[in-house]
Amino acid sequence: MDLTTFWFILIAVLWVGYLVLEGFDFGVGMLVGALAQDDDERRVLINTIGPLWDGNEVWLLVAGGATFAAFPEWYATLFSGFYLPLLLILMALIVRGVAFEYRGKRSDPTWRRNWDLAIISASAVPALLWGVALANIVHGVPITADKEYAGSFFDLLNPYALLGGLVTLTVFFVHGAIFVALKTVGDIRVRAKSLALRSGLVAAVLAVTFIVWTGFDQGELLVWLLGLAGAVTFVLAFGATVGDRDGWAFAFTSATIALVAIMLFVGLFPDVMPSSLNPAWNLTTSNASSTHYTLVIMSWVAVVFTPIVLMYQAWSYWVFRQRIGVQHIPAQTSVQ
Amino acid sequence: MEALDLARWQFGITTVYHFFFVPITIGLSFLVAGLQTAWWRTANEKYLRLTKFFGKLFLINFALGVATGIVQEFQFGMNWSDYSRFVGDIFGAPLAIEGLLAFFLESTFLGLWIFGWDKLKPGVHLATIWIAAIGTLLSSYFILAANSFMQNPVGFRFNSDKGRAELTDFGAVLTNKVALVTVPHTIFACFMVGGAFMAGIAMWHVVRHPDRDRDAFRTAVRLGAVTLFVAGLGVVVTGDIQGKIMTDVQPMKMAAAEGLYETQQPAGFSLFEVGTLDGSKSVYKLEVPKLLSYLGTGDVNGQVKGINDLQAEYEKAYGPGDYSPNIPVTYWTFRAMITVGGLAMLAAAAMLWATRGGRVPTSRWMLRTAIVLPFLPLIGNSFGWIFTEMGRQPWVVFGVMPTSAGVSPGTTTAEVLLSLIAFTVVYGVLAIVEFKLLLTYIRAGLPVIEPVGDDADDDRDAPLAFAY
Ligand code: HDD
Ligand code: HEM
Ligand code: HEM
Repeated sequence: MDLTTFWFILIAVLWVGYLVLEGFDFGVGMLVGALAQDDDERRVLINTIGPLWDGNEVWLLVAGGATFAAFPEWYATLFSGFYLPLLLILMALIVRGVAFEYRGKRSDPTWRRNWDLAIISASAVPALLWGVALANIVHGVPITADKEYAGSFFDLLNPYALLGGLVTLTVFFVHGAIFVALKTVGDIRVRAKSLALRSGLVAAVLAVTFIVWTGFDQGELLVWLLGLAGAVTFVLAFGATVGDRDGWAFAFTSATIALVAIMLFVGLFPDVMPSSLNPAWNLTTSNASSTHYTLVIMSWVAVVFTPIVLMYQAWSYWVFRQRIGVQHIPAQTSVQ
Repeated sequence: MEALDLARWQFGITTVYHFFFVPITIGLSFLVAGLQTAWWRTANEKYLRLTKFFGKLFLINFALGVATGIVQEFQFGMNWSDYSRFVGDIFGAPLAIEGLLAFFLESTFLGLWIFGWDKLKPGVHLATIWIAAIGTLLSSYFILAANSFMQNPVGFRFNSDKGRAELTDFGAVLTNKVALVTVPHTIFACFMVGGAFMAGIAMWHVVRHPDRDRDAFRTAVRLGAVTLFVAGLGVVVTGDIQGKIMTDVQPMKMAAAEGLYETQQPAGFSLFEVGTLDGSKSVYKLEVPKLLSYLGTGDVNGQVKGINDLQAEYEKAYGPGDYSPNIPVTYWTFRAMITVGGLAMLAAAAMLWATRGGRVPTSRWMLRTAIVLPFLPLIGNSFGWIFTEMGRQPWVVFGVMPTSAGVSPGTTTAEVLLSLIAFTVVYGVLAIVEFKLLLTYIRAGLPVIEPVGDDADDDRDAPLAFAY
């Protein structure tokens, strides 16, 4: 296999990892508004992802770094072109990270309410915008002969992309609720499941519409098959939730997110950013890539270190496998 | 202002801001790991309480280090897309490796450390903070290797067909002589920050609340002050080597740092100058003879080239243009870096003296010193970076790519202005929030350690040892 193809796959894998992992912690962040009824419950939710969310976010940082190293033209065009959405995402990620750490540092209710609002909105905004961005990349945006994005902010808000955004928003919400069901005990778990089922219906309708649209848009059999598999696993997630198999339910929503993301990357390949102005101006895995020498070095690094990273991340998920409920929440840790 | 100026301001602001939190993270992670090791080995509760106290301050700071780091990862693409295209083949690799090797390590193991007090065996738990601390060193090495390429581009060739720089020797990039000295200089400078942070805060408690945990805080003062002093020596030694390398690879930066217009042999080091600094008029100048020659070349009679000669040389090599950086900024940041670092070392020495042989200082002077001390090496680091980066101008990659050629061509002034304002406002607010939180937790003093029940392991409903 060509190294540029290998790196395309690797970047796709990083995105899949990011969307599956941060997908549920975005969902949990939104649930702080939708599910929790008092401060202790909000703390239960936040603590289900407390030790994990930063490690999840690093998948994005590595996806960004890998894009820079392997496809500098892609990195340059994408992040300068999608300037304003990316700015919003960055703002949200800044506030969100600080919010988890700072929320519990004071017990003043106004302080906590403000950080709760920050957690909720800073989880919803990137959940929506990553879908918008990915859908735009796959669908194609105006790119000129000098590989520059020539559209405006509003060109990014086309119906297909907005639908993509709603899909990530709602699917992450469901994925988060199912994660909460897996990680909690007591009343909050029961309510998380019922919320997962109700919101799952909305997410399912949006996701199926998006899959069908993408299928026609790309017109490849493999895209259709992956989309179908994504839809089926989502239905299975419903079944597992009803049948009280929380672990399976979580595995199925993870599979849905992974399959839909893979569907998008399969539709994209061998382009990395198709131009809607002229197919000759598409950025592709070959015209956007680094030199062979750089790719060889990066491949060695990736082959050696990725398994190590996966091992210790998995270990940390294992260490924090215990389900928690309000009874596990210690008294105020703050000094005031 | 144009998009270029705004983009430069934005990069400067976001990076300097990121580097307020980074040195505290690097320095303090090792100090906290050291305290926890002391507790592990002696079972003396004093060390555990200090670990938790400084650990909490460390985490409040770490949150902002992470949050501001995310911006760094993407802003090369946002505002500097032509730069990213031109050097991505070389520059992207260390950045990606930093993520894979360092960020995963730091974030995962710090999560384990924060939440793992009751879930991991004490020895394993101790290992997690050491691993996270080592992660910060890996992080520094790779990002500084990337930065050093911009100061002294090596291991590449120019491909005129593709109009970009291409990597030919990755080993050369990783062993760039600038990187090899910048890394220890920066790390030592970060340890100065960590030491000053610990010594200053602990000394404040010692003087202010002599009745509260005086013995424990006295230990922390001494640990912090020794770290600060020893790291300071490391900074001086590596800084001296850096001066020679800089004179070799970026002579213009050295000339600018001195406001030295005419080539001199031997050259004196100007301590202080009142004048115009454009060389036309010097009102008052205090100079140490021959010191600059020594700093730049290692020989007290060495020749140091002046700005005018270098400008002529560069014009010949690169065509017409102005090849000197902003002289007053380079001149003063270089001196300020050294001065505040020196003051911090003096303060550390004073603190060690005042606490010798079980003594406990009580003077108001010591209190004032304690309050100022944490800021000194911190701004020393900022001055150092501003000097290094501004002194490289007008180049973004020295001798290869001018800064003006790196900016994103498609990005509008309005977009950059908007993001500049957004970052500045959000960063400003977060700085105030973090500062107040730190003060609250500093004032609160050492936490009380609650005894853990023997049956905690079996009781499935026992509260977590730590929760947000
Ligand atoms: C000398 C050290 C140093 C320097 C020059 C920089 N950083 Fe940094 N960075 C760190 C040392 C560090 C750190 C100590 O490793 C941090 C602080 C908090 C943390 O998690 O790691 C960090 C965090 C951090 C993060 C967040 C990681 C996470 O989520 O865990 C990112 C994405 C970056 N940095 C990226 C950058 C980029 C692109 C830089 C260059 C412009 C940069 N940093 C300069
Ligand atoms: C964290 C420590 C750093 C600080 C405090 C810092 C500071 C600065 C400052 C103040 C400028 C503005 C110079 C000017 O506009 O004249 C600048 C420019 C720049 N720096 Fe650094 N820098 C740091 C590290 C890095 C690193 C590690 C890199 C590369 C990975 C880097 C890449 C750049 C680039 C691309 C510019 C160009 C923009 C410009 O010239 O304005 N910097 N930096
Ligand atoms: C005698 C004392 C010192 C000397 C001779 C010295 C020398 C230098 C030199 C020559 C550079 C520029 C390197 C380049 O641009 O290629 C530099 C950069 C820097 N200095 Fe210092 N320095 C001293 C003290 C300090 C102190 C006390 C601090 C902080 C507490 C500090 C922090 C930095 C930082 C963060 C940089 C930018 C990163 C780098 O290029 O290493 N320095 N120093």
